[in-house]
Amino acid sequence: MSSEPDKLTAKERMAIPRQQMPQRDGIERSRDFKEVNLGLAEQVAIREAQRCLQCKNPKCVEGCPVGIDIPGFAKLIADGDFLAAAELVRKDNDLPAVTGRVCPQEIQCEACCIRCKSDTPVAVGWLERFVADYQMGQSKKTKPTAVKKTGKKVACIGSGPAGITCAGQLAKLGYDVTIFEAFHKAGGVLVYGIPEFRMPKKIVDAEIRNLKAQGVDIETNVIVGRTVTIPQLMNDEKFDAVFIAVGAGLPEFMNIPGENFKGIYSANEYLTRANLMEAYNPESDTPIIRGKRVCVIGGGNTAMDAVRTSKRLGADESIIVYRRSAKEMPARVEEVHHAEEETIRFEMLTAPVEVLGDKDGWVCGMRCIRMQLGEPDTSGRRRPVPIPGSEFVIDCDLVIVAIGIGANPLLTKTTPGLKLNKWGYIEADENLMTSIPGVFAGGDIVRGAATVILAMGDGKKAAQNIHKYLSR
Amino acid sequence: MFEIVNKETLGPNVTRYEIKAQRVAKSRLCGQFVIVRGLEHSERIPLTIADVNTETGTITLIVQTVGKSTLEMTTLQKGGYFADVAGPLGQPSHIAKYGTVAVIGGGLGTAVVYPQAVALRQAGNRIVSIIGARTKELVILEQLLGSVSDQLIVITDDGSSGKKGLVTDALRELTQSDNKVDAVYCAGPVIMMKAVAELTRPMNIPTIVSLNPVMVDGTGMCGGCRVTIDGKRKFACVDGPEFDGHKVDFNELMDRLKTYKGHEGKKYEEHKCKLLQGNK
Repeated sequence: MSSEPDKLTAKERMAIPRQQMPQRDGIERSRDFKEVNLGLAEQVAIREAQRCLQCKNPKCVEGCPVGIDIPGFAKLIADGDFLAAAELVRKDNDLPAVTGRVCPQEIQCEACCIRCKSDTPVAVGWLERFVADYQMGQSKKTKPTAVKKTGKKVACIGSGPAGITCAGQLAKLGYDVTIFEAFHKAGGVLVYGIPEFRMPKKIVDAEIRNLKAQGVDIETNVIVGRTVTIPQLMNDEKFDAVFIAVGAGLPEFMNIPGENFKGIYSANEYLTRANLMEAYNPESDTPIIRGKRVCVIGGGNTAMDAVRTSKRLGADESIIVYRRSAKEMPARVEEVHHAEEETIRFEMLTAPVEVLGDKDGWVCGMRCIRMQLGEPDTSGRRRPVPIPGSEFVIDCDLVIVAIGIGANPLLTKTTPGLKLNKWGYIEADENLMTSIPGVFAGGDIVRGAATVILAMGDGKKAAQNIHKYLSR
Repeated sequence: MFEIVNKETLGPNVTRYEIKAQRVAKSRLCGQFVIVRGLEHSERIPLTIADVNTETGTITLIVQTVGKSTLEMTTLQKGGYFADVAGPLGQPSHIAKYGTVAVIGGGLGTAVVYPQAVALRQAGNRIVSIIGARTKELVILEQLLGSVSDQLIVITDDGSSGKKGLVTDALRELTQSDNKVDAVYCAGPVIMMKAVAELTRPMNIPTIVSLNPVMVDGTGMCGGCRVTIDGKRKFACVDGPEFDGHKVDFNELMDRLKTYKGHEGKKYEEHKCKLLQGNK
């Protein structure tokens, strides 16, 4: 290795500028579904890792919901030992290739980086993705180590980030784990929600294969609450514990006139058609409406995914309509930036008041009103207030509603004794156990819509507590 | 993978499949449906579970060929497999003792009302079944439905089987006879369900209809199947598929069902051409 990172002084490290993530041209990539970011080259990754000051008391680790040893793996990258770096990351994070791509690092690890005081933070997310992809690219697969079986069975309901993480951790501890997935394909939000250009499906597929290699059973097409209930799983099928990680999964609509015209999707439906059902692929039988002028309502990551998908499905113009200002948008900074590069138009401080339809019942526009920011609301963000007389019409032929999701009652309603909060989310204690002994829950069905990494953190914590509970 | 243990043609473009689906068969209640993919690239299609056999762990589905996915499904044979069968989904039928119940099936809707007729009869009702179809060849399940009915009326648009007319004609006649009709259960084309609901509304006869909007997941996650019931948004997959016919906005449902008309027709024609070329 040409570099000798150990000998770099703090001053020399500070002198290295943040490296650039190579990415495909905005216009070119906005017409296909191939990944936007291309990943760091080895030398670039080493250079970036050398920027880490190896703090004695690293704040970045505190900023990570799963507590990855960030200085430790950065050091290994700087030393050129990429596989060891990957293994170190995997100790705390089962899906580094996923989180390296979708975590909001700018408000977590990178926000806590000491370099932020005078400079830009170490690109922790890019480094994480680099080692994960490097490991995946190696032909030599690490064989799962044989573990002593506990003889106990655990059911994970849902195969998204929380379910996958919990299942993987429990398998390593010797439990017989079965994941039940309602869809025909495992992966949860990683396969139905996050688009190919941000989260290639082959990465999720590889993680699912990993999980199966560890002995985890995945049963698809099982809707717990309908196909089988939690009491049945525990009493008839003898599962000793259950982890509920079904996600939130109930789309919110705007409740304005005209919302049932043809050409209005929830983001869930639009993205599921595009991603899981691969409607963008001409070989797929699942149809999707390809708008020419598309309005996406909302300012979160889901809204960005939907608006960028619409561009790729052939829209001439794709517009984000958001009722607050750019500063309040919950989407990751990188997603907003990528959307801008792909010529997405942003109509900020704008709220729809009515969807307009043509004589055949198809969407033809949206009547909107301009907003201004008033006093902060309960979320701490300034409340948008309509400006009287500011109404105007945006012409469009497709509307996608991405204003959030609520708690899907399908499972919770069919589980007697399961305590819910007033919004219908599951109440779990500090160990993530619910009101039913042996039944744990985590991810969005406990938190409300959150992130992949928080769900994974819950999966890990639940696994530890299920282990404790079953080892009593 | 879900094995096809039996396959039978019931009529032009109508096929009956008996499929091994242990978990579904065990949990299913009358009125529920499954979401099926025949092949790996197929669309997810909701289908009413017409019958189950809990001993063999099989379910019966009756499928009409309407698009590419259902056309390709017909190439699957006994001993072959459906890629995916997920369910049972939806609320079970509301079954009560009314007295005399008119059970109305239009076209493929007959497969939807058949299990209702069974359950309603078990609940002690007198069952008068009405099967409506365009023409004789499209009348399905006549014998089966007849076997669980106290009276069976077949009515066709062209009079080629049974009486000539529409199901509403038969229902009107029934209500005007000495037979009091205490409830109506109805499934079929939206326009037919609407006509039935309009007929029974002034007579205050409880009328349950089974709706068939476009669906993707079937678990309340996508909202594609939203329907307006009594002015409120409901998801047919989790709140239905059965609703009070006097409260359904049928016009909106009819319109929303046209969303993918162009797509389905195109895919179907393309595929039919391919299949025909393959057979040459």
